[in-house]
Amino acid sequence: MTAPSQDWQNATLALTLLAVDPSGLAGIMLRARSGPARDRFIAALGPALSPRALKRIHPGTTDDQLFGGLDLTATLDRGEAVLTEGLFGDAPSAFLLTMAERCPPGLTARIARAMDTANGHALIALDEGIDDEAPPEALADRLAFHIDLNAVTHRDCPEIILDSDRIEIARNRLQKVSIPAEFIANVTKVGMQLGIGSLRAPNFVLRAARTLAAIQKQDIVTQANVTTAAALVFGPRATMLPEDPQQDQTESPSNEPEQDTEQGKTETVEQIPEEILLQAVAASLPKDFLDRIKDTQSARTAQGSGGSGAARKGNRRGRPKPSQRGQLGSAARIDLIATLRAAAPWQSIRKQAAYAPQRNIHIRASDIRLKKFEEKSDRLLIFAVDASGSAALARLAEAKGAVELLLAEAYARRDHVALIAFRGTKADLLLPPTRSLVQTKRRLSSLPGGGGTPLAAGLEAALLLAESTRTKGLTPTIAVLTDGRANIALDGTASRISASEDARTVARQIRARQTPALVIDTGNRPQGSLQDLARELSAPYLPLPRADAHKVSQAIEAVLE
Amino acid sequence: MTHPFPFSAIVGQDEMKLAMVLTAIDPSIGGVLVFGDRGTGKSTAVRALAALLPPIKVVTDCPYNSASFAQCPDPDVIKTRKLVNRPTPVIDLPLGVTEDRVVGALDIEKALTEGKKQFEPGLLARAHRGYLYIDEVNLLEDHIVDLLLDVAVSGENVVEREGLSIRHPARFVLVGSGNPEEGELRPQLLDRFGLSVEVASPTDIEDRIEVIRRRDAYENDADAFLEHWSSEDAALRKAILSGRRRLAKIRTDDAILAECAKLCVALGSDGLRGELTLLRAARALAAFRGNRIVKTSHLREIAASALRHRLRRDPLDEAGSTTRVLRAVDQVLA
Repeated sequence: MTAPSQDWQNATLALTLLAVDPSGLAGIMLRARSGPARDRFIAALGPALSPRALKRIHPGTTDDQLFGGLDLTATLDRGEAVLTEGLFGDAPSAFLLTMAERCPPGLTARIARAMDTANGHALIALDEGIDDEAPPEALADRLAFHIDLNAVTHRDCPEIILDSDRIEIARNRLQKVSIPAEFIANVTKVGMQLGIGSLRAPNFVLRAARTLAAIQKQDIVTQANVTTAAALVFGPRATMLPEDPQQDQTESPSNEPEQDTEQGKTETVEQIPEEILLQAVAASLPKDFLDRIKDTQSARTAQGSGGSGAARKGNRRGRPKPSQRGQLGSAARIDLIATLRAAAPWQSIRKQAAYAPQRNIHIRASDIRLKKFEEKSDRLLIFAVDASGSAALARLAEAKGAVELLLAEAYARRDHVALIAFRGTKADLLLPPTRSLVQTKRRLSSLPGGGGTPLAAGLEAALLLAESTRTKGLTPTIAVLTDGRANIALDGTASRISASEDARTVARQIRARQTPALVIDTGNRPQGSLQDLARELSAPYLPLPRADAHKVSQAIEAVLE
Repeated sequence: MTHPFPFSAIVGQDEMKLAMVLTAIDPSIGGVLVFGDRGTGKSTAVRALAALLPPIKVVTDCPYNSASFAQCPDPDVIKTRKLVNRPTPVIDLPLGVTEDRVVGALDIEKALTEGKKQFEPGLLARAHRGYLYIDEVNLLEDHIVDLLLDVAVSGENVVEREGLSIRHPARFVLVGSGNPEEGELRPQLLDRFGLSVEVASPTDIEDRIEVIRRRDAYENDADAFLEHWSSEDAALRKAILSGRRRLAKIRTDDAILAECAKLCVALGSDGLRGELTLLRAARALAAFRGNRIVKTSHLREIAASALRHRLRRDPLDEAGSTTRVLRAVDQVLA
């Protein structure tokens, strides 16, 4: 019962602080599926942030709507330029961005720029992501608070009622609050010990602390203010646990809270403020913190790379297609000739219309024709690498080398690369689809090896990845590197017969979805079972004993061409 | 925000600041590419630079920032020929921008409503004699980046489309920033940027504290903070201006040219842009430091910025390109 209501208390506190200092704290990243808790929180937003208008935006909002543009219908009608004012206009407003996890990189960059340069917009980004999906880091970094309401049930979320008079008083006091210099140093140090690279975070802690002081009608920020603010801002951002003698308390998460309160009581006197602060933040970390670090990191990179290659529908380049009727937006180009041709048959009727102004050509919004182009989508090469048994390390190292070589060549061809390793009983996505050599090097620096050969699980992971990237506009190809003795079935049992049966089943599914594949046999002697597998995949079979990185990448390129 | 964060108040990031100052002294060095983590002051530095630079004289109505009426590419739109002082333009190029907006296009409003064929200048015209800043340059559509670099190198924007035939000068310094983890630039494009710097969050605890302290002071009382730093900004502005004056008189010995060439050969950089940029940057650095001749120490200081993005990629070499340049510098300029 305690943990969820703690989340809600944090949410309430974050909203109160944001209400007092919307431009300084910039906003809240709210991770929540739709439900009573989220509804209640959103309901409280409007009153809290008044007099700012709360405007809703979503990832599909066009630039015209956001930043202003030409109102085509009105312009054509009146014969003079009529401009619409974008949502990110002059007056400071509050924005509610829904489905932030689907925010494309382009929009992210534009919103981030608007928030950096414009006059104090506040943003509430709703993250409705499941599992790996995460909102763009560039946005998250710019928002002070990250709140997770997924664990809050409807009983744990009393209505948020903010005292508007008190907020008004606090807003006026905010300028006068001063902050002792040693807090600045402490907060920065603690941020670093928690592995928070961005310097925006400590800055947000200080602003939040100052806001807290203003709410409590103090003129000077106290240690308690800083502690609360640090727990709220640093907590969700921490990427590592502080190197601290009391490390063991986090090793055994079950008794963490009580130990913490004890320490809080006994050691307050002799501890230096920096450590108190660090402990407060550490205590606010969720119990599954260590697991979550891994999750968020993989989500982060997946987002970064997935976004850059995805959604290339290509309406600006590629092979021209016939023009189509459409809305004149910032991302489209008008086909002037086709537009005039569309308007031509109606000229005499439009001139006779009683309300028609005196003009040579009458063009309506419905005449507008846009240029369309067709573009081939980017390719994705999925490596499914057998990381089992004795030859695992060598094979992984060569696969890694091949990935890097292919990436180095990939610029000209717009290829993305992903790597799945299967060993023991399951398959892991070691490298989410990426074009970045930097990221590849970092993520593949150490590869685990050994254990059984769950070939079916590896193929299944490759298939799932292929399907999910296909929806993002990539064209996947699967390359399997193995020496072929599948001995772990999909359900994890060690049985050669059901293992190879499962592998064949998944292979048939891959073929049914028309995903091109390639089987590379790295065993010393060619395996009959792998030739069968290749046949099931209707894929080429390449025996490459003692394959090195160059050979593998050459073979793959030959198949891809 | 009324006034950007002062340039000289940015803690650390000396390489980035130096690169920007050098392009302010000699715009022909080419653009600056800033790659690094978030929250390291990339955008802050670019916006601060605009405020730091001396104002330019432009014809009041000219959309192309022409310095005199005679230079206006489109004299018809000029109503007054008066010259005014304007701050050096720093134009933000948003992601997802269309080619039309960048190079300019037929003014569709006028074409549709008045039936007139008129050219509407794009962002390149507005950035003339100033800076063009692209955040997340690695996410920008490749054909836009091609086009930008092409104009940046030639200094002229040529538009041949929709029955228009226009050319106007567009000399600007391209500043691109981005995070390499989100995707990389093609080597052909990397090569077109003059200087490239890598920024990282400061790891020194005192530096970090100082960053937060200054940021806090700035947000708390911007006016007092700007006042405090205005003298340093003014000193830097003076150094840039005197550097510009001195630039033409900088002497370069043949020995220095030989060292440039040797360094580039040792690194195996493609083409001759490496040598040229290295030399220009070293001259600008000499001018900035108040020297009369280019010395080996100047080359040494600027080599990493000028060359690290021109190396052939060797994906199996674990060492970063910066280390490779420094290694070569130590060998060649020993």
